[in-house]
Amino acid sequence: MLEMKNVSFTVSVDGTDKHIIKNVDLTIPDGRLVVITGPNGGGKSTVARLITGIERVTEGRIIYNGADITDMSVSERAKLGIAFAFQQPVRFKGLNVLDLIRLASGRRLNVADSCEYLSAVGLCARDYIDREVNSSLSGGELKRIEIATVLARGAALSIFDEPEAGIDLWSFKNLIDVFERMRRTAADRSIVIISHQERILSIADEIIVLKDGKIERRGSRDEVFPELLRSPDVTQPCVRQ
Amino acid sequence: MKLDEIQKRLLLEVADLHSVPEGAYNIRSNSEAAGRRSTANIEITSKTDVSGIDVRIKPGTKNESVHIPVVLTQTGLKEVVYNDFYIGEDCDVVIVAGCGIDNCGNQDAEHDGIHRFFVGKNARVKYVEKHYGSGSGTGKRILNPGTEVYQEEGSTVEMEMVQIKGVDDTVRTTMAKLAAGAKLIVRERLMTHGSQRAVSTYAVELDGKDSSADVVSRSVARENSYQKFDAKIIGNAPCHGHTECDSIIMENGRILAVPGLEANDIDATLVHEAAIGKIAGDQIIKLMTLGLTEAEAEEQIINGFLR
Repeated sequence: MLEMKNVSFTVSVDGTDKHIIKNVDLTIPDGRLVVITGPNGGGKSTVARLITGIERVTEGRIIYNGADITDMSVSERAKLGIAFAFQQPVRFKGLNVLDLIRLASGRRLNVADSCEYLSAVGLCARDYIDREVNSSLSGGELKRIEIATVLARGAALSIFDEPEAGIDLWSFKNLIDVFERMRRTAADRSIVIISHQERILSIADEIIVLKDGKIERRGSRDEVFPELLRSPDVTQPCVRQ
Repeated sequence: MKLDEIQKRLLLEVADLHSVPEGAYNIRSNSEAAGRRSTANIEITSKTDVSGIDVRIKPGTKNESVHIPVVLTQTGLKEVVYNDFYIGEDCDVVIVAGCGIDNCGNQDAEHDGIHRFFVGKNARVKYVEKHYGSGSGTGKRILNPGTEVYQEEGSTVEMEMVQIKGVDDTVRTTMAKLAAGAKLIVRERLMTHGSQRAVSTYAVELDGKDSSADVVSRSVARENSYQKFDAKIIGNAPCHGHTECDSIIMENGRILAVPGLEANDIDATLVHEAAIGKIAGDQIIKLMTLGLTEAEAEEQIINGFLR
């Protein structure tokens, strides 16, 4: 279980403080699929970056399975079982797809093993394992490889930042299948997805609506989802924040 | 052939050799011939006027290799060696050179290998050269390779040059002249650390119609080291030339990349690319989210980059 306790995150822009996240309390229970949604600029990605340690909270604490992880580095949190799929996957000159999958899994996987993760995101391992993770890959391919690295981690808490953005020809349905399979095969693991997508919202156990750095609404899918469908500023397609 | 353990280790580093290689070879150790074998198609002879060898490969020789590694373990030893390769028409061969220096003494050890390649029509040559230095002495390990390549019509030369560790000072000079339809591919991998210095200079002349050159260097300069990459391609005919210098700097490392393109023909197409910078922060963060420490992430990124 992950808890954010009274978390704030403030940055200084041209000498003035900008409050990105304001006194947020939230809990991600084990075995739940939680979707964080809300208008652009509402602080959704920042919450993910605070949980993973890429950004550090200005105030408040983050507790993971009872341990205070607020001052832990990104790698320490990763070792505790927190995985993160970037909204904008990172390109590497020289590292190939198999390298990344191996690093993610922490094992020296062979081609057949890595196939499991790549085929889950609709890529044929044979065609991709030797490919460099550089600009020769399309945005959609990179995005799927990014998701495959998170699958390979097999983490207790997996966070996906707008996984649907840039998914090219590969249909949404397959992406939904990935999350549903994760849920089926590892019932005690938690999944957090940051998304505007109706289809993704529709598979959530819980939905959190973040607006202006605050939690505006949270509840079960059945409680929150119908309201969102009537609210255009939440389900509009995402423009990069 | 008698080699001690240090010499064997150097051979492994520079030529991936555990023992005597297959095919033709010439192993030079502390300025002396430690072993040589010619084959039916590849003849190795000593030069009579200067130190060095002539390697003559008969026309039409396919799928054969020549290994000519050099090892130095004697402090204070300085040598200049001239090796000439005559590669006949329609050959398809692999040449593996390389030099390893282990200097435990307080005097500099230096090997300057001057290699000339005369590549016959439609021949294909893959040339692999690795440089490696080790030893705890205060004497410098110095390697100054000079390479000249003369390519006849339709020939292809692929050069892979690697210097990852332990060489204190290098001035690498490579020049090539290409006739019609000839193709030159160069892949250089370089890492310097400590207070090392490496200079790599290329001058490639594309003289024949439809000749092409692709010279790519990937390098990492760490600590207080310095590198200069100076690649010039001269297009004297309708041709394609591309040079690329892609570098990572760390700590106080410094790199100077000097693009040089000269087009002397209206149909010459020449491109230069150069990028120097530190490791991108988001690359390190991505690998840290996979559970690597910052130092492990850097190591993975550099190993991949120099692969």
